[in-house]
Amino acid sequence: MKKAFKWSNLYLWFVFILLYLPIFFLIIYSFNAGDVMQGWDGFSLKHYVELFADTRIIEIVVNTFLIALLSSLLASILGTAGALYIYDQRNRLIKNIFLSLNNILLVSPDVIIGASFLILFTVVGFSLGFASVLLSHIAFSIPIVVLMVLPRLQEMNQSLVAAAKDLGANNWQMLSRVILPVISPGILAGFFMAFTYSLDDFAVTFFVTGNGFSTLSVEIYSRARQGVSLEINALSAMMFIVSLVLVLLYYVISTRSSKNKKRGTRLVTPATEGL
Amino acid sequence: MKSKQQRQLFYLVPYGAWLLLFVIAPLFLLLFQSLTSANGGLTLHNYAVYFGSGTYLRMTFNSVWFAFLITLITLVISYPMAYLLNQLKRKQFWLLLVILPTWINLLLKTYAFIGLLSKTGTVNNFMSFFGIAPQQLLFSDWSFLLVAAYIEIPFMILPIFNSLAEIDPKLEQASRDLGANKWQTLRRVILPLSMPGVKAGIQAVFIPSLSLFMITRLIGGNRVITLGTAIEEHFLVTQNWQLGSTIGVILIVAMVVTMILTRDRVKKNTRK
Repeated sequence: MKKAFKWSNLYLWFVFILLYLPIFFLIIYSFNAGDVMQGWDGFSLKHYVELFADTRIIEIVVNTFLIALLSSLLASILGTAGALYIYDQRNRLIKNIFLSLNNILLVSPDVIIGASFLILFTVVGFSLGFASVLLSHIAFSIPIVVLMVLPRLQEMNQSLVAAAKDLGANNWQMLSRVILPVISPGILAGFFMAFTYSLDDFAVTFFVTGNGFSTLSVEIYSRARQGVSLEINALSAMMFIVSLVLVLLYYVISTRSSKNKKRGTRLVTPATEGL
Repeated sequence: MKSKQQRQLFYLVPYGAWLLLFVIAPLFLLLFQSLTSANGGLTLHNYAVYFGSGTYLRMTFNSVWFAFLITLITLVISYPMAYLLNQLKRKQFWLLLVILPTWINLLLKTYAFIGLLSKTGTVNNFMSFFGIAPQQLLFSDWSFLLVAAYIEIPFMILPIFNSLAEIDPKLEQASRDLGANKWQTLRRVILPLSMPGVKAGIQAVFIPSLSLFMITRLIGGNRVITLGTAIEEHFLVTQNWQLGSTIGVILIVAMVVTMILTRDRVKKNTRK
């Protein structure tokens, strides 16, 4: 019995090492004094210095975060409106139709989203660049927000809304004073999910980005095709820290807001984005 | 009543506009594009080309085969992992550690493998300690399978873990009390009850695996052409959007078929 237990631990360790090996490999080599991801030539921060001197990369990082921030903010607003509409809808058929339509973008492969958005932008005559990338990111983030907000609405105490109505609150007061404060953890969780989706996206952006504009994923793709540069490793080490902070923030938010419920196993991942 | 209508309209206008513009219109345009010829007329020509050409059909078969292999590999690794994770004390914390790598940019993870697998890379250096000559690891079917499976593993572990966590521990105890050994309990009780999670995992891995396109380039060296790669090539390289859309429609059909096959039938039976 004891031996079997040890075997299982070994397996757990094996999978965890497998999962983290490539990530730590990247980070360790970002400190390599040499210029390639092989052989260790000593510790150096020179790739970080290079990174901060590379204005093109800095600009792209700023763009990527700008897109992520703007798209997740706007998607949070639109997604919350969508969730409120679906929640308020009493007709079951209409409700289900809206829910299915909402989920289409969540299940479609990214290539399909990217290609069909490219057709859309071209047919409408919209030029490709910052705006088209931003619109696409808003578009694929909205259903995530809806899915995060809807459960909060369903858990909301109905008598709160009824009481507000009885006391003479109008629509706007009901929304801003009663509903929004109750569902705000859901909106916040949706915002974070949308933010990470946007940071992570490669495939959709790749299709709708055009020539002049680039995000981090697209840039790494084009650089990786030319060969390895340790500047990218330095960048990935920094991105790792950012992801870590985001996950911790999200974890704190989601565990704090579900404290009063029984502790659930619900944890959400970004879908297999952009492969 | 009027105020409710106003409210509904206020929510519906932005959300409905999004649905129309970015969900319904793009899919419709994709379908429409697949039914047109290069000079704009309606035709089934693209579908004739697709189904008439051995290359396209072989590519599709290959893509499905590789997606199947990737799903199988991830399932074999993930099921025991999810099972063992579920028996740990602070399982939520460990689960978070499984999920963390999915939040790291996919391109960066792929990029790491270029360093690990290249001809003078770490894996080859390590092997040369044992006297194995450097091999061409990158740009092979195996490296493609390895990296794709690596990326998909967390998405398989998560749903299986969730379905295992929902199983009432009393059922396991009852099975043991009734004389089943550990293996029988696993096979007759745990495994059937965790099937919804396995199905969800298969869905979450198989569909994206069909449409992989960046990894086929960077790691597979274009040896494996998936449906996703083909779509990308037709749209961005050869600019044949009509045929690209046709393959897109095929991919959507494949996706719908997968979802129907892995639909959760268990629930319907228990609802009786």
